[in-house]
Amino acid sequence: MSPFWTIVAILALAALGYGLGRRRAMSLAQGNPRRLHSRPNYYGWNVALFAAVPALLLLVLWALALPLLPHGAASSRAAGILAIIIAVAGLAVAVRRTTPEFRARNAVEQMIRGLLILCSLIAIATTVGIVLSLVFESLHFFRLYPWQDFFFGTEWTPRFGGGSRLGILPLLWGTLYISFIALLVAVPVGLYAAIYMSEYATPRVRSLVKPAIEVLAGIPTIVYGLFALVTVGPLLRDWIAQPLGLGNSGSSVMTAGLVMGMMLIPFVSSLSDDIINAVPQTMRDGSLALGSTHSETIRQVVIPAALPGIVGAILLAASRAIGETMIVVMGAGAMATISGNPFEAMTTITVKIVSQLTGDNDFSSPETLVAFALGLTLFVITLGLNIFALYIVRKYREQYE
Amino acid sequence: MSDVAPTPSRPTPARSLLVEDARTRRRNAAERRFRAYGVIAIAIAVAGLAFLLFTIFRDGSSAFVQTYVKIPVAIEASVVDPEGNGDPAEMQKILTMSYGRLLENALARHIARNDIQIEGLEDADLSTFFSSQARADLRRAVLADPSLVGTVVEHPVMTSSRVDGMFKGRVSRASAAIDAKTSAAQYDLAMALGARDDVRTTFNWNFIISTDSSDNRPEAAGLGVAIIGSFYMMLIVLVLAVPIGVATSIYLEEFAPQNRLTDVIEVNISNLAAVPSIVFGILGLAAFINFMGLPRSAPIVGGLVLTLMTLPTIIISTRAALKAVPPSIREAALGVGASRMQMVFHHVLPLAMPGILTGTILGLAQALGETAPLMLIGMVAFVTTYPAAPPEGFFDPASALPVQVFNWTQRADPAFFERASGAIIVLLAFLLAMNLLAIYLRRKFERRW
Repeated sequence: MSPFWTIVAILALAALGYGLGRRRAMSLAQGNPRRLHSRPNYYGWNVALFAAVPALLLLVLWALALPLLPHGAASSRAAGILAIIIAVAGLAVAVRRTTPEFRARNAVEQMIRGLLILCSLIAIATTVGIVLSLVFESLHFFRLYPWQDFFFGTEWTPRFGGGSRLGILPLLWGTLYISFIALLVAVPVGLYAAIYMSEYATPRVRSLVKPAIEVLAGIPTIVYGLFALVTVGPLLRDWIAQPLGLGNSGSSVMTAGLVMGMMLIPFVSSLSDDIINAVPQTMRDGSLALGSTHSETIRQVVIPAALPGIVGAILLAASRAIGETMIVVMGAGAMATISGNPFEAMTTITVKIVSQLTGDNDFSSPETLVAFALGLTLFVITLGLNIFALYIVRKYREQYE
Repeated sequence: MSDVAPTPSRPTPARSLLVEDARTRRRNAAERRFRAYGVIAIAIAVAGLAFLLFTIFRDGSSAFVQTYVKIPVAIEASVVDPEGNGDPAEMQKILTMSYGRLLENALARHIARNDIQIEGLEDADLSTFFSSQARADLRRAVLADPSLVGTVVEHPVMTSSRVDGMFKGRVSRASAAIDAKTSAAQYDLAMALGARDDVRTTFNWNFIISTDSSDNRPEAAGLGVAIIGSFYMMLIVLVLAVPIGVATSIYLEEFAPQNRLTDVIEVNISNLAAVPSIVFGILGLAAFINFMGLPRSAPIVGGLVLTLMTLPTIIISTRAALKAVPPSIREAALGVGASRMQMVFHHVLPLAMPGILTGTILGLAQALGETAPLMLIGMVAFVTTYPAAPPEGFFDPASALPVQVFNWTQRADPAFFERASGAIIVLLAFLLAMNLLAIYLRRKFERRW
């Protein structure tokens, strides 16, 4: 019996239990619901939950523990049969417990509360899963490859025959360079757009432009990647890089940086918009009353007051840029070089994670496992930036509340 | 009016308020400049968006049409049924290559009969004129209906990607001349047939429904498997992420006591929302494929990874929707004797439903466009068979729309770029539909308290 049909059977048992529990409660109360402690439906729900929840939990635990158990159809069938036995047993116990005095509502609410808590723990489980999978495989990697060479190596030349050099510095350089260019585009454009929208724009303009900028935020990164690869890359190469003799490659730091900057504009502008709007109107009124113009008010009162929040928004944008994958995979190239020329192809941490982990992997070679160490580095960098940014933003919000 | 107060030591000459002095002029100019920067910034953002959409539609819209040439094709018995006995088993042995010869002969005869004069036309120009998919289709048609042998059929025949590109303006005579896979003579032939009205251009259903195809026939590649794969994953995300996300939000918003555990969960969720998507791909690879032993490239793994990614989005929007329900509703429910659980499930949750729905749809739209984590769990694989119906189909190899786009951009043949842009249009159409639905729901059920 496949797990799918086991689940269907358990749910059918639960539905049956609902009917049985409700009927039994009603018949014990001689058809008068006022003799029951709870409303009749709760007696039904009690039986249904008793039948379904333990059995389904068993199936989930079994699925999680699958790799530790002996494989094969026998273990799967055993788990399915065990789950159904538990469902039937739960059903029987709950039906027997059904009496008019039984506090069915309280029992049901306790169980639902437990389920709610269980669901909220999944967020923690996800983080734990991420950290465990990154740390374990990274430790595995550092047993095969010295960590000093990884963190301080300036050469990235993986060879699937052994003797590869896996230094993270060229990747880190490419990542930071591209993110820097992206922020150079996104921060001024996003910030000025946000200022204009919150301080100058009429409601009509605002209602037209704000959705247009938000559309940019809803476009998947693969679309930006294709745009970089097919349009922006060749354009920069033919009109700027080649005439100036700076390079011959369509994929370059500039291509990826410009397109990524475009992607980050709505991110910066919507965050800054919120922050600027949170500056109390009294501060603006005070400045205007002293005779300063609108722009002087913004530059000398609103922006300084909003600065911590804006810095937080920029840090969040930076963490986005560092973790972005598709634009750099398609726009930045695959050459691991450290160079200052923005029209040269460079590569990033995320590009190398993708290239080391797609295709056939051998999970005992350092060339594959290095991807987990790269992932761990990326995770730590972005986590640090996020926590710092959220701390700043939260602190700033408290200031004006 | 906006000048400094005059000091006794430096008396200001009497002047009209209507005449700007140099300082006021400078300050007003600065004001105008500042405003202009804002307008320019918005113009840059909107122009970037317009340029992006323009190039995608310019490159991709031609993927939705396909050029066919309508010529009479004689199914010669000497080629497809050399024994002459119509035995299907014998005919199975004739490979697609031979059917290619049929098409080649038909084209040559058509040229001769209609007296089309092309300079420098070689045999290779004829054999590469039609798609290799056309031979396979013809073979399938003949095997399905052996009575076609010996007759002349007049089906539209699918042209190869280069010839198709000539009619769409992608391939010019000059570029055809330097391309090893086509020639100027082939271009002239195509134009001659076009002038004779032998060319049919129809809507390309194959692009939407058929499977991916190998490197040398981009004209036959379709999105079928990718659309099914994406659909399966959205189904899994919907079934898992929505109940879990809503349950988490209800707990955190309505029941959770202020304690350590609650804080840890909250910090966790806000951090998960900002973790780079590729890290979720690594988690999927390490936990679901390597540890739990689920199959690579399967929608179930992709669905689980996307579920974990979408959860924070759904939780954040659901909590906002729950927060927006005014306390008076809760107090009224508690006041007439409802338990807290009844208050939430009978009153707060139904009122928050439109907001939850909107957030869910936007979360799904985000998941639909996600590429990077799916690449790590093997969805870049080349899949040419449709996955089975669920639940078994969840474990079959499949592709996904955004990953298919990436896959096509990695192919050598430039015709695949047209397909990639076309696939983006399909993806954007789905996203647009989801967003419009979300906006509609918000407008329809929006409530001001």
